[in-house]
Amino acid sequence: MTDYNFAYLDEQTKRMIRRAILKGLAVPGYQVPFASREMPMPYGWGTGGVQLSAAVMTPDDTFKVIDQGSDDTTNAVSIRRFFERTAGVAVTEETQEATVIQTRHRIPETPLEAGQILVYQVPIPEPLRFLEPSEVETRKMHSLEEYGLMHVKLYEDISQHGAIATAYAYPVMVRDRYVMDPSPIPKFDNPKLHSPAIQLFGAGREQRIYAVPPFTKVVSLDFEDYPFEASKAEGACALCGADNSYLDEVIMDDAGHRMFVCSDSDFCTTRRARGHVGTEGVPS
Amino acid sequence: MQAQMLEGGFAEAPRDAAIAFRAAMRAMAMPGAIETLTGAAGPAPLSPAASVLLLTLCDPDTPIHLAWAHDTQDVQEWITFHTGAPFVAADQAMFALGSWEALAPHQDYAIGTAEYPDRAATLIVEMPALAAQGACLSGPGIETEAQLTVPDIAFSQVNARLYPLGVDMFLTHGNRVAALPRSTQVR
Ligand SMILES: [Zn+2]
Repeated sequence: MTDYNFAYLDEQTKRMIRRAILKGLAVPGYQVPFASREMPMPYGWGTGGVQLSAAVMTPDDTFKVIDQGSDDTTNAVSIRRFFERTAGVAVTEETQEATVIQTRHRIPETPLEAGQILVYQVPIPEPLRFLEPSEVETRKMHSLEEYGLMHVKLYEDISQHGAIATAYAYPVMVRDRYVMDPSPIPKFDNPKLHSPAIQLFGAGREQRIYAVPPFTKVVSLDFEDYPFEASKAEGACALCGADNSYLDEVIMDDAGHRMFVCSDSDFCTTRRARGHVGTEGVPS
Repeated sequence: MQAQMLEGGFAEAPRDAAIAFRAAMRAMAMPGAIETLTGAAGPAPLSPAASVLLLTLCDPDTPIHLAWAHDTQDVQEWITFHTGAPFVAADQAMFALGSWEALAPHQDYAIGTAEYPDRAATLIVEMPALAAQGACLSGPGIETEAQLTVPDIAFSQVNARLYPLGVDMFLTHGNRVAALPRSTQVR
């Protein structure tokens, strides 16, 4: 016998979160308030994603966790273990094998498929927060579709930097109605928000849940003279040679030599296993 | 009657509810998709699918409106025993349950507010049939188009025009369920 409930959370809490998820799916991009619970997680990772995963998990799921693209960080490992233990689910590092993927700061490179669920850990769910600190005011702005200030801010970025400088958490318009923060994913990932998968977003501290159903229209905000660009660092992965994946710059040695490698560790590993080799890679 | 009240619940609530919620979530995320709900069965005229939805989503925090044929002592006792949800008039309901005709007048249900569109009712509509044919659906969750038997095309068109306000529906028949959120265009 175990002394905790299936997937840790009690049934009443799960029901409350599940009702919020359904309303979120019915109104894509709208932030549904929910009563966030404490979770036994190390400080700093946030609990919104974990609470969503606990509410959607079934015993038959295969669970994957990525943190900035990697399956191996302390937090990714501990969250994976948490659900392995409390929900008895199978775990994987392979994007294709996973039925539920919890993520922080990336969307996997491997295209998601119908039936998969992507759960985002969100630190700040309100895309208008940097313009307006008051929750009462931002809620009003969303209700009135008052997004002019957001456009002005983006345009200021262009006039100052010659391009839209916002590289992460680049705001999107969901189904022509709600401006949404896609969480701090690189804007390179924004086009993947249009997906066959079910996407759920959870912010624990700010107590918000929102959702993007499969194939929902998601458009990155831009301007006619400055169209949106899903940019990334130039070049190819030094390990697997991929030139179409999001790259992280890593320092190789004390002399400060640097190289670019795939941020998505499963994508990189899979490519290398198939024989792809980059400039610094060794054939596996 | 006492025995009937006690029966028909989930055998293993946490797991049964998790599996049921996955089906309900898939239905709401992909309007037109027909999913299966099993594991619970309340007294007639409750369908197994509606019974499972109630056990999965309702509790003392979710006022329920029972419409006509579903507003029986058997059904009330079963819901009270298994969920603890209070019974209320249509305009106070977070969930409403019945046939489409019985749920009238349909404009009585909460459609949410401009700042809180989530504060809208979810109707559980017991259908005489449920199949991937009939009305044509489009919108979030649907790649191109989907077909589904819906209770009232004209109502759904009015409801969709209220977006982002409006009611959301689960359509149930036997152990099958589909959903019609307010975001779906119906013709
Ligand atoms: Zn690589």
